[in-house]
Amino acid sequence: MCTLEKRGSLFVLTLTSESDEQHRLNPTLLSSLLAALTQINSQATSASALVTTAQGRFFCNGFDFRWARAAADPQAARIRLRTMSNSLRPVLAALFSLPIPTVAAVSGHAAAAGAIFALAHDHVLMRADRGVLYMPEVDLGITLPDYFAAVMREKIAAARDVVLAGRKVRAEEAVEMGIVRSAHDSAEGTVEAAMSLGEELARRKWVGEAYVEIRQSLFPEVCDVLGLAPKSIVSKI
Amino acid sequence: MCSLEKRGNVWILTLAGDDAQNRLNPTLIDYLASALSRLASNATPGSVLLTTAHGKFFSNGFDLAWARSASSPAAAYDRLQSLVASLRPIIAALLSLPMPTIAAVNGHASAAGFMLAISHDYVLMRGDRGVLYMPEVDIGLPLPDYFVAVMRSKIRSPAVLRDLGLGGAKMTAAEAVKVGIVESAHDSEESTVEAAMRLGEQLARKKWVGVVYAEIRKSLYPIACDALGLTQKAIVSKI
Repeated sequence: MCTLEKRGSLFVLTLTSESDEQHRLNPTLLSSLLAALTQINSQATSASALVTTAQGRFFCNGFDFRWARAAADPQAARIRLRTMSNSLRPVLAALFSLPIPTVAAVSGHAAAAGAIFALAHDHVLMRADRGVLYMPEVDLGITLPDYFAAVMREKIAAARDVVLAGRKVRAEEAVEMGIVRSAHDSAEGTVEAAMSLGEELARRKWVGEAYVEIRQSLFPEVCDVLGLAPKSIVSKI
Repeated sequence: MCSLEKRGNVWILTLAGDDAQNRLNPTLIDYLASALSRLASNATPGSVLLTTAHGKFFSNGFDLAWARSASSPAAAYDRLQSLVASLRPIIAALLSLPMPTIAAVNGHASAAGFMLAISHDYVLMRGDRGVLYMPEVDIGLPLPDYFVAVMRSKIRSPAVLRDLGLGGAKMTAAEAVKVGIVESAHDSEESTVEAAMRLGEQLARKKWVGVVYAEIRKSLYPIACDALGLTQKAIVSKI
């Protein structure tokens, strides 16, 4: 589902393909992501950073609708969908609360909840040779959970094009739109660039408590819908 | 010392602190408070404010050296909090000043100095030296609520907010023009101030009604105004 390894100063979280090459977010993957982020939070030092990536041509293709539709009836399917939506919240809250810089190496398609998961990182790098960022909800005729909309509003200036027009955004366009920091010519190139960015950020040795507070203060609507209460740290000056 | 002089319709406020970095301490902040209140009461249609300084620094932020020279860490923290509290009404006064405002950023503008600059309607900056910089992440300080509110009101790109707030990016005038924080970059302190003066004279010729101008400005930056406790006044206009 996902693996967590420590490489030098970096925590590397990888979505793995053994059961689903699209890395769709179902309860199993969501709970292993939450466990990994909880572990990172407890082990993080001021000289570390997180790089999140995935195997194969998908970064993450959103919630696992197969699992939802496999329920006994439409009502039960809706409950399963709501379960997944509710379980992604604490994963995003954990990302927004990590006391270290976070980098997503988007190594392939990132759609719907998968795009939200990527955008919840501080920095997003993306491969340019294939893969799109895509919010299919408008095409599918489903509404956005409140926290999806908040992430889109606060992380993307052109939210209309992405959310209301269902535009499939390739890496180079995403760079122009200010969504993605840089585009790279392969999955490996993307991960390598994310690793060097992560190492560079780790070397800044930022104070974790202040870093979290600044992050949360910059994205107050997201933090509000995720139930992250603003806290005031007493800092040393 | 600071000065406030009038050239035609343009009021020129020159920052000069106790040090070359124009660090904001109680003396400088008190001066700003009285200058802005004098401006607010003397505004006539066509008045414009141009704020600048001399040398390498526009303002390097709060006077942390003054805060740290307190008798204990707790007293230092109290001093910092008092600086944060006393700049709040300055930023509020700028956002409600009944005339167009221009900052001619002659050098480094960091932290509270950066906030002071972007609280003006127009920011012009010298391009040959000086950066805009939020050092808080580097020194482990959170951002005061109204800093974040002013940044979110004035800087619309999430990536730029991230780079400044969470990346400790040092932004040159050219970069700041590219991302829309600064109107134009100029090749020296003098040419920055001259360009700001020309812009000021141009705005002065509009002879805008100050109270209306201030209300329109506030309505454009509701997040900042909310954090600063500024409310919208109902004006009965001529139409």
